Amino acid sequence: MSQAALGYCLAAAQALLAVALFMCAYRLIRGPRAQDRVMALDALYMNGLLSIVMLGIRTGTQLYFEAALVIALTGFVSTSAVAKFLMRGEVIE
Amino acid sequence: MTLAPDLPPVAALVVGVLALGGALVAMLGAMGLLRMRTFYDRVHPPTMTASMGLAAIALASIVTSSVLGSRPVVHEFLLLFFVVLTLPVSMMLLARAAIFRDRSEAYDASMAAEARAAAEEEAAALAAAQEEAAALAYRDRELGGDDDAAYGAG
Repeated sequence: MSQAALGYCLAAAQALLAVALFMCAYRLIRGPRAQDRVMALDALYMNGLLSIVMLGIRTGTQLYFEAALVIALTGFVSTSAVAKFLMRGEVIE
Repeated sequence: MTLAPDLPPVAALVVGVLALGGALVAMLGAMGLLRMRTFYDRVHPPTMTASMGLAAIALASIVTSSVLGSRPVVHEFLLLFFVVLTLPVSMMLLARAAIFRDRSEAYDASMAAEARAAAEEEAAALAAAQEEAAALAYRDRELGGDDDAAYGAG
């Protein structure tokens, strides 16, 4: 009984995260300027990380944690790199 | 049969509430990203996703794996720690890049306006000089100027 209720709860949480992913994707496609797109990409990988952790909760394994950690690492590096590019690309031109 | 870990009822309640709350906060953050007007407003909502949403979902994961493993499993704190440490840095970099871009764009616009004003002034001066030259030519033609003096004899 509690397992089924928990399953529905986790499914609803995954659906909410999927909606959040679509919203970020809309902002990524639509974003008026480059910095909006970069920020939407940042929010997108953060929501992807959350849904991977949620999948780890659902399956009850530890395997997905490492994937989430890798996404957190590479996401930070990529966002900082693109932010630096946005700043310097205008200076050097 | 839905896919879910086999937890005792209390732990299931805690995990369900934390996971649903975290996902709700994450969706609200994405909605804010969608709805805010300017870039500087839109910087704020994703941090909500990354702080409170991630905290709630990581706690749910910690509770799940601790109850399933019958021992404290807290490595999700690593995820939370790392993201909370790095997200302000990347957001600050991005906001500074945006400020720089906006300022340089405004500077370019003002320089372009200045150049346009200078070009207009120059064009006005050129038009006045041409008008004056045309008036002089008309006077020479109509009133009989001294062509020999003007263009050289013979």
